[in-house]
Amino acid sequence: MKHHLIPRVIAKLTIPGILLFALYVQFHGDYGPGGGFQAGVIFGAGFILYGLVFGLENLRKVAPPQIVTAFIAVGVLLYGGVGVVSQILGANYLDYDVLSAVDHDGQHLGILLVELGVGITVAAVMMTIFMTFAGRLR
Amino acid sequence: MILAIDIVLLVLLAVVGIAIIRLRNLFAVVMLSGIYSLLMACIFVLLDAVDVAFTEAAVGAGISTVLMLGVLALTKNREKIPVTTPLLPLVTVLVTGGLLIYGTWDLPAFGDPNAPIHLHVAPAYLAEGEHETGAPNIVTAVLASYRGYDTLGEVTVIFTAGIGVLLLLSGGLGRRRRDPDEPNSGGGGAS
Repeated sequence: MKHHLIPRVIAKLTIPGILLFALYVQFHGDYGPGGGFQAGVIFGAGFILYGLVFGLENLRKVAPPQIVTAFIAVGVLLYGGVGVVSQILGANYLDYDVLSAVDHDGQHLGILLVELGVGITVAAVMMTIFMTFAGRLR
Repeated sequence: MILAIDIVLLVLLAVVGIAIIRLRNLFAVVMLSGIYSLLMACIFVLLDAVDVAFTEAAVGAGISTVLMLGVLALTKNREKIPVTTPLLPLVTVLVTGGLLIYGTWDLPAFGDPNAPIHLHVAPAYLAEGEHETGAPNIVTAVLASYRGYDTLGEVTVIFTAGIGVLLLLSGGLGRRRRDPDEPNSGGGGAS
């Protein structure tokens, strides 16, 4: 698609918006519809659109496969890590109340971190699946 | 008004479904299945399930379509005409569908407030959710806080799926590392 001007221009215009919207969905999940799963998919879709329009080589420069692969595990570890921290602080696994002494702050922090973990893993998996599929085409 | 929109969406859904069965051009089938997901997302919005609609639109209409197109690039884009008559599959589908419809007779009516699922823990979540977790979106409160273990399990499933695809399709992680990286002129993100 390197020679198609209109998709390139449209992609350049929309990708920042897509990524920003993904971050909004990610961090606004407590208050509105959305959360880690949806945000991760939207974030991954932004990168996939970039890869579709500008080619896999350019996508690999922006998001090196080794780093993306590592982030698959980072998300799960972040999620599980929140549970371990709450256990170290003396509560049950994934009980967020102990993360902060102030009312509700612990729940907010826990939900935020857990959703972030979900988002990171989902986005990384989506990008990995796309890159491995597209890598087979050559 | 809602009823009219419901009917239009369901009729469109049926039309798209029949078109997917009838068409032999797989490119058109992939595009139609994307449209099917988008219609489903609209129906979920009408059912007040905005979170599910969100996921359906992003995953079903977005990512799945891209992945199916990726698969299509690896195969031919016309479906072969089957050589055998599809009698056995037809009987199987009809029997399964009949059993499923028979099963729905035992389900509580749609939106019935006395259905068992609305009487177990759901009232407690709805009454105490915002007070206990401070999250106004009850879906997030249930997903991330009350049902944190389940969500951890879901993330692990996605993690496993990603690793599996990586191992199957890239022929192991070792080969990719040995690929000679072409000399890049640094950055080049927005060229």
